[in-house]
Amino acid sequence: MNEKIKENIYFTIFRFCSFLSLVILLFFLLFVIKLGVGVLDLNFITGMWQTQDITKGGILPAIVGTFYLGLGVAVFSVPVGISCAIYLNEYAKNTGLVRVIRLTIRNLAGVPSIVYGLFGFAVFVQLLQFGTSLLAAALTLAAMTIPWVITASEEALKTVPDGFREGALALGATKWQVIRTNVLPAALPGMITGSIIGLARAMGETAPIIIVGATFYMRGLPDSLFDKFMALPYHVFILATQHNDPLAEEYAAGTALVLVILIFLMTLIAMIVRYNFRKKRKW
Amino acid sequence: MVVITHDDESKIETRNLNVYFGTNHAIKDISLKMQNKRITSIIGPSGCGKSTFLRALNRMHDIIPAAKVTGAILLDGENIYEDGTDVVDLRRRVGMVFQKPNPFPKSIFDNVAYGPRIHGIRDRYELERIVEDSLKKAALWEEVSDRLETSAMDLSGGQQQRLCIARTLAVKPEVILFDEPCSALDPISTAKIEDLMRSLRAEYTIVIVTHNMQQAARISDYTAFFLLGELIEFGKTAKIFERPCEKATENYITGRFG
Ligand SMILES: Nc1ncnc2c1ncn2[C@@H]1O[C@H](COP(=O)(O)OP(=O)(O)OP(=O)(O)O)[C@@H](O)[C@H]1O
Ligand SMILES: [Mg+2]
Repeated sequence: MNEKIKENIYFTIFRFCSFLSLVILLFFLLFVIKLGVGVLDLNFITGMWQTQDITKGGILPAIVGTFYLGLGVAVFSVPVGISCAIYLNEYAKNTGLVRVIRLTIRNLAGVPSIVYGLFGFAVFVQLLQFGTSLLAAALTLAAMTIPWVITASEEALKTVPDGFREGALALGATKWQVIRTNVLPAALPGMITGSIIGLARAMGETAPIIIVGATFYMRGLPDSLFDKFMALPYHVFILATQHNDPLAEEYAAGTALVLVILIFLMTLIAMIVRYNFRKKRKW
Repeated sequence: MVVITHDDESKIETRNLNVYFGTNHAIKDISLKMQNKRITSIIGPSGCGKSTFLRALNRMHDIIPAAKVTGAILLDGENIYEDGTDVVDLRRRVGMVFQKPNPFPKSIFDNVAYGPRIHGIRDRYELERIVEDSLKKAALWEEVSDRLETSAMDLSGGQQQRLCIARTLAVKPEVILFDEPCSALDPISTAKIEDLMRSLRAEYTIVIVTHNMQQAARISDYTAFFLLGELIEFGKTAKIFERPCEKATENYITGRFG
């Protein structure tokens, strides 16, 4: 009897918390939609930005900038992160050095993004002379995303049954053959899912890119890696805080809505990948 | 009972083999000769080190950081634990079928062709020939010949185990190690696998771990009894089962083991 009551109390608390998070999310979404949906039209999505009259222009350069950023981050962080995870999970013995590496990765994942911004500014902008540019920003965000990709990829590798490895080794396969033919195909969907989520997070970052190259106004689209660029989160930030046009707040919300939709689409893709994989896999 | 016609010729032999997992001394100074083209069975209570012994024979302990192996294992007279041994080639020569069927998440064809492919065979016709041949030897061909492209994960447990045997045969090993290959199988699948082992005996040296006394008595030429990591008794199967020298062996075989 007593235990029954306890059970009821705990489940009520748990249920309340999960509803609460849902309510917060819905409230937030409604707020952004209500405020911003009015400015969404074709011109807003596909037009170039006009600083003089913000009602005339669109946010295409910011969308493209964020897209390029995401692409750059993927190119730099996914191969490095996956390789690192393979090394840690498949090759490395559990030595002191490896334990230090793991600890470092875990800590890096928790470093505030602004610190990555400062790091990127010192290393990519100044030391390597990339200037405040798309390249410097992509590398900075990639550095921030790598620990995330590593962790997600290691989790994916851990779900691959040992039988796939032992069975192949017992046939005279080399470790690399085992990884290439048996481990990676089984782990890749999980790696991709994790990476997409990490990528989406990076694309929503504002603080680091302010330091390493985002700009509020560009005449055209960036056409080189060394160009400055516009980006959705930074655009929202400026419109919401630094712009004196009375309509700025509405346009900030509209831009935020586009960003949310973009991130949501990426998460959706990740979910579809995972779902298809779960349906197909049989172990 | 099987009559041993040729003279004692050992294919694989352990000399003072010890295996440790950290401080756990799992195999204690075992010296054992496994005869060429004969079936040697290893019996003993759970945890006595049978799997550990078997895995030492194709160096599967290499991938377990905590495991340490000392002593020598001679394959055709050469120590496989010597520095410079080609472990990949060793594992091709000494194949292993695991206790739990472990097909790869690929088609039946790709499972059997896996070994030949990693060893460089690309020719489709050649691969088809090897796959058919191996599946026939493993007594699985008739059940799967019309669905080679379907997933191996859809096979029954017994079929999966025979597939794993076919996969091992496809790389043409000299020695095959079976670790309780029938423990997850029904009597009919078990009988099929026993028949299979008898037919493989002509070409391969076989070492099998089993918990099934009747199985050891039915199929093996030699039997080794392990207890707590030690080799208690080894000899011709008929002798071990009919007139064991050690009290512990007799107790175990007759089921009076506490
Ligand atoms: N990977 C491992 N790490 C640590 N200890 C291990 C490992 N594998 C086996 N051992 C230990 O070695 C001893 C022998 O185990 P082993 O698996 O060889 O027994 P077994 O005779 O095959 O038993 P069973 O009949 O239950 O399969 C046990 O004490 C076990 O705990
Ligand atoms: Mg065992």
